[in-house]
Amino acid sequence: MNLPDIIKFVIDLLAVLLLALGIKGLSKVRSAREANILAAFAMLLSVIGLLSYYLGTSGIPAQSWAWIIVGSLVGSLLGTLLAKKVPMTSMPETVALFNGFGGMSSLLVAIGAFLFPFNEVAKAGSLEPFINDASISVSIFVGAITFSGSIVAMAKLQGWLSTPGWTQVKARHFVNIVFGVTSLISFIYLISGNVSSIWLLVIASTLLGIGVTLPIGGADMPVVISLLNSYSGIAAAAAGFVVDSQLLIVAGAMVGAAGLILTQVMCKGMNRSLISVLFGGSLSAQTTTSSGSGEYTNITSCSVEECALTLEAANRVIVVPGYGLAVAQAQHTLREVTKKLEQNGIEVVYAIHPVAGRMPGHMNVLLAEADVPYEQLKEMDVVNPEFPATDVVLVLGANDVVNPQAKNDKSSPLYGMPVLDVQEARTVFVIKRGMSAGYSGIKNDLFDLPNTSMVFGDAKKVLSELIGELKDLGVGDK
Amino acid sequence: MNFDSLLWVLLLGSLLGLELIGKVPPTLHTPLMSGANAISGITMLAALTAIIKAEPNSPLLIIGSISLGFALFNVVGGFFVTDRMLAMFSRKPTKKNK
Repeated sequence: MNLPDIIKFVIDLLAVLLLALGIKGLSKVRSAREANILAAFAMLLSVIGLLSYYLGTSGIPAQSWAWIIVGSLVGSLLGTLLAKKVPMTSMPETVALFNGFGGMSSLLVAIGAFLFPFNEVAKAGSLEPFINDASISVSIFVGAITFSGSIVAMAKLQGWLSTPGWTQVKARHFVNIVFGVTSLISFIYLISGNVSSIWLLVIASTLLGIGVTLPIGGADMPVVISLLNSYSGIAAAAAGFVVDSQLLIVAGAMVGAAGLILTQVMCKGMNRSLISVLFGGSLSAQTTTSSGSGEYTNITSCSVEECALTLEAANRVIVVPGYGLAVAQAQHTLREVTKKLEQNGIEVVYAIHPVAGRMPGHMNVLLAEADVPYEQLKEMDVVNPEFPATDVVLVLGANDVVNPQAKNDKSSPLYGMPVLDVQEARTVFVIKRGMSAGYSGIKNDLFDLPNTSMVFGDAKKVLSELIGELKDLGVGDK
Repeated sequence: MNFDSLLWVLLLGSLLGLELIGKVPPTLHTPLMSGANAISGITMLAALTAIIKAEPNSPLLIIGSISLGFALFNVVGGFFVTDRMLAMFSRKPTKKNK
């Protein structure tokens, strides 16, 4: 080993170590932010290691420098811009977009490596050309699925795409199998030397990514994004085989495996299996016709004024924020309401269901953005025993996570899902736009209970009216 | 590098990834996903290698450059957006001390 080799070796080892520590640290609240910076530093280090290695050995041509600088500047600039500008509520689709671009990068580099080979592989008779083509194919296959799947996921979360009814028919599995088999065939052609079949592989795997993601319902999207994130790690590892980089393989494999674990954890929180998320289709489309239907018989609706009066008399209030709050971007308005209540000596706590918001942990981010003290956010297991001693529960745009059916009704598709026991509280106000069902499409028994009152309206509008009413009552005016 | 040793690297890297995150509090699911996602942009190294090894005036230069752009969009944007999320959690204690 000569000097550039040794330097690169040491830098790569250090980068892998820091990346591993970074991923580990990101899973703990206290160390998360430092861990993120650590991981970013490790990435920078790996680039420095690579550049210095080539500078010390073959040298880097001026032309290459030019393209490196153009590519990095444009990419980093646009990425930074998006990261700084995007509102917190759109975080899930932003992650999806970033992820898709990562997949696109692996896809492009694999296409490039195939059309314009730059590795000294072709030792006839050895396994090397085969391995080279195989890793290129895997990189293209996974990269294209990651890209098209992420873009579909992003479009669905943005509301640009809905879940079309025809995607729910069983035939979609057949169509996807056709795409999969086509990919496999083009892969075989590709390794046997048929250059143009690369485009068939690109097209078939792109369509497969779309075909698999499109039928999946909105609530399951976070799981899909997490899975696609894991794929982009695999794509990176495959690209590592193409360019012969251990660092790339380790980092890609780590992200791939860690992403898989995270996907599992998220599935558990939603009481769904990965299989049913991927192949079960949208939950609502299945269940509207079968179980879970039934009319509401005992709905009590009330005005914002009544709600304000009850709140004023309360000692302890628990807020249950959900997806609807995130969509209405009402977290700041909510914070104003709770501030008023707190000024009046009322204890306010936020009950955070593991899958509240649009993505697990998303609600915590949103409330933190609205300056809600971290100590007031309580996780489900902690807050559930506290409901009986609570005067008022405000359910804001949450539905399935407060459905008592999950505990009481064995025939319910929700049965077994951990839920918040809001019905134990003295009074429950559900702020909701209308009587439409939640993601699951299942009737919520909570709405029928005598201690539940519905306040109909957009979360943000109702909350700002509530501020007005509380003001009129003199709550929080000191 | 031999193919079989690269396979070992792949295997051990995967096992490491499986062990790294055991119990994640739900609060951190989104930031963790976003951070891991930024790391998957490590494919920028492959793009860089392609650009450096490309023949003069080869279209590979352009393909590599676009690939590098996509990867860095993923990496830089991913880390910034993760930091933005995490900053909101760590902001709390400092505020209380005032």
